[in-house]
Amino acid sequence: MAVGQFAQQDLQRRAMLLTALYIAQEQYGYLTKEAIERVAERLGMSPGEVFETASFYSMYRAKPTGRYLIQVCEGLSCHLAGGAENLLEYLENKLGIKPGETTPDGLFTLQTVQCLAACGNSPAMRINDTLYTNLNFERVDSILDELRGG
Amino acid sequence: MFEPILLKRAALPQSQSIEVYMANGGYQALEKALREYTPDELIEMMKKSKLRGRGGAGFPAGLKWSFMPKGDDIPKFLCVNTDEGEPGTFKDRELIEKDPHQVIEGTIIAAYAVGAHRAFVYIRGEFFQGFKSWIKAIAEAYEKGFLGKNILGSGFSLDISVHRGAGAYICGEETALIESLEGHRGEPRLKPPYPAQKGYLGYPTLVHNVETLANVPHIVLNGAEWFASIGTEQSTGPKIFCVSGHVFRRGVYELPLGTPLSEIIYEYAGGVPGGKKIKAVIPGGASTPLVTPENIDVTMDFESLAAIGSALGTGAIIVLDEDTCMVDVARRTARFFAHESCGKCTPCRVGSGRILAILERIEAGNGQPGDVERLRSLCDGIAGHTFCPLGDALVAPIRSSLNLFADEYEYHIKHGRCIRAA
Ligand SMILES: Cc1cc2nc3c(=O)[nH]c(=O)nc-3n(C[C@H](O)[C@H](O)[C@H](O)COP(=O)(O)O)c2cc1C
Ligand code: FES
Repeated sequence: MAVGQFAQQDLQRRAMLLTALYIAQEQYGYLTKEAIERVAERLGMSPGEVFETASFYSMYRAKPTGRYLIQVCEGLSCHLAGGAENLLEYLENKLGIKPGETTPDGLFTLQTVQCLAACGNSPAMRINDTLYTNLNFERVDSILDELRGG
Repeated sequence: MFEPILLKRAALPQSQSIEVYMANGGYQALEKALREYTPDELIEMMKKSKLRGRGGAGFPAGLKWSFMPKGDDIPKFLCVNTDEGEPGTFKDRELIEKDPHQVIEGTIIAAYAVGAHRAFVYIRGEFFQGFKSWIKAIAEAYEKGFLGKNILGSGFSLDISVHRGAGAYICGEETALIESLEGHRGEPRLKPPYPAQKGYLGYPTLVHNVETLANVPHIVLNGAEWFASIGTEQSTGPKIFCVSGHVFRRGVYELPLGTPLSEIIYEYAGGVPGGKKIKAVIPGGASTPLVTPENIDVTMDFESLAAIGSALGTGAIIVLDEDTCMVDVARRTARFFAHESCGKCTPCRVGSGRILAILERIEAGNGQPGDVERLRSLCDGIAGHTFCPLGDALVAPIRSSLNLFADEYEYHIKHGRCIRAA
């Protein structure tokens, strides 16, 4: 069978949905109504279908977030390494927000996430697309300072 | 001292580049496979090596390859499962970030053996570094002619593309992964049919874990007998063990299957800080039943862990010292699975939520008499009654915790606090 033979099915537009949602999220900041509609139009789907699929995945956001999305791992190994709650509490106090909230200056949003596959270097967190490991309070301070400055 | 095979190159500077890979024996197995073996001979070789899947289920790889229909009249696909999300597991991320070409080489050989001309890498959305690493390595492999049309003049062609998941643990399950690749919600399909019969777009699809594929070039280069001589009779080859929790040196350790658990914890990971005793060990990721100190010398292979009622899973060892609250561990495990239940079937969706609610109230000091029995019957209602194995993945560790540490649960319920605080 020639590679080209299934090219059409293969490139079935629907298979592009997850990628298209990432691009839309990048452009709009989160999946606004308009973002969903544009994706739907491009892929020949209904906005309802797009929304139904997007809502399954936790990395697609239905709400705006701060410029930096901080995701603290609450997995078992991070907890055992003295992280998880301690780290979360420290960030809550430092930023004055609870998980799910954004600082008034729009800079930071705080969230908890499940195991980030960094248990060997726990505790761990992600900020936007960057993974930070072997965390302690001093390191968190310097990471946040750097982001504030940048 | 065991000489690492899969992580041998990972320690080199620029280990992820194709130059370093090729300077250290990389892509020789591909050349050998394409020039010296027919696809059927490679399938036989895989069977003889007795390589078993490293994604958790331990299914024999060669057998799975042989299930793929022969011939070139229908499209066939290969998926590289890089969704690694089983709590405690961090080996595939290591392999992809440090030595992606090893996995690509294994993927090309596997695709050649089963006649797939299109491979998909499905990578967990959170792995951004790994995503970039895949993209770069695939581009390098195309440039050198290891991917694309007529690879090394063999007439065999293969294209690979990379697809990001978006934050759903269940998408690591092979049929959910395929649903997600097709652009749907990552809800598992009923099996059978298995992906080798009906997978991506309904066509035969071979799904493999990253670590499984990383073994393939070594088997081709050194032979099935060599591979089968490592490990035990039924669990052959090297395994990357991920060690975390209460140990001195957390990290990945590549050792032969069949290495004693105690050796991994005490010799490699340096033992437990503070000279504390071990209360229990999670041997193969969050979904595997607990191992207690009397079984600490169990050898880490599929059959020995099954014999003591646990499982090798992904080889993710989480050590819990004597001061660990087992109710808390169970609660965290339940929280993970309740969070990740896809919601498609009722026993898993409702059952996991109720188990979590009861564990939360016990831990908060509001446990009710009869809660242990309630937990047990909820487990009975889930086990074997769910659409996919996620339900069982929750029940196995909870049941083992209830059986082994019933006294801790009862103490919590009676006194409203942890036995450790007594
Ligand atoms: C809930 C669930 C999650 C899974 N997650 C993964 C995963 O993240 N990575 C993986 O390789 N296999 C995962 N698996 C196993 C896959 O379904 C499949 O067995 C595996 O990818 C096959 O590859 P292997 O034969 O090379 O192990 C998961 C299974 C279940 C039931
Ligand atoms: S538990 Fe936090 S990275 Fe695994």
